[in-house]
Amino acid sequence: MPSLNDYLLVSGLLFSIGLAGVVLRRNIIIVFMCLELMLSAANLSLVAFSRFNVAENGLPSYDGQMLVFFVIAVAAAEVAVGLAIIVALYRARQTIHTDELVTLKG
Amino acid sequence: MPSYLFWLFATLMLIGACAVIAFRNPVSSALAMVTSFVGLAALFIGLSAFFVGVIQILVYSGAIMVLFLFIIMLLDLKDEKKRSESYVPLIGGLVLVGVFFIQLIGVLSNNEDKAGSVLTKATLAAAAGDFKDGTKINVALSGGNLPDVHLIGHTLFTQYNLPLQILGVLLLVATVGVVVLSKRQTN
Repeated sequence: MPSLNDYLLVSGLLFSIGLAGVVLRRNIIIVFMCLELMLSAANLSLVAFSRFNVAENGLPSYDGQMLVFFVIAVAAAEVAVGLAIIVALYRARQTIHTDELVTLKG
Repeated sequence: MPSYLFWLFATLMLIGACAVIAFRNPVSSALAMVTSFVGLAALFIGLSAFFVGVIQILVYSGAIMVLFLFIIMLLDLKDEKKRSESYVPLIGGLVLVGVFFIQLIGVLSNNEDKAGSVLTKATLAAAAGDFKDGTKINVALSGGNLPDVHLIGHTLFTQYNLPLQILGVLLLVATVGVVVLSKRQTN
């Protein structure tokens, strides 16, 4: 049986990979996918906490899984809005590479 | 979940995640992401969170990644060109990630570990007394099964009813926002 720390380690690794992608990649769609990876890493910790924190009656504590449910729903809304913004950006500037979007740079 | 299955799916998930940032072609990245999410869903199911595992597949691998692929193909993106080499952001990013990872190891080594426990038929049957006789949850628990979906529904509609309603409004706002954003601007 894997222990709680195993799950937290894997979740932290997934978060690090997502963070690396956000910092290193220049394609805004890939950056967006890496954000989703980071959200999923948080979900994995939450489900692990929910399963390892057994409630008084012996069942898993479901509060963590409720939070995961809400995170997934908010992520779905976020992706819809984010991709619409990317399409609008592409229409306006014909690029989605963050290197070429420097209007706000002082 | 046996240890070897845990490490198998965890490796699958991490390799998928690495492939997302390693591939140059966005379509390959999106497909690597699906692999990663399938591994993650398997981990959820191993934690006996069956409902979350299933919506992970349905919502993430199904809906969200199809939306990503749709947008990638709509924009008709080419492979990312090799950038003119500038190592400063690369080194900065890797250092940031390294620091985060070292911190993680530090926290985990001080953290008291908690061993996994198996949900035996006896514990499940003992928990059945908390629910009214004859309800689906009670019957399933008495039979030694974990009625995961029913328990989630029960929690969602008793303790988390207000957040659920707010979530419905949020999804409506997001839908309206997307329609407004993607409408072609006419002067």
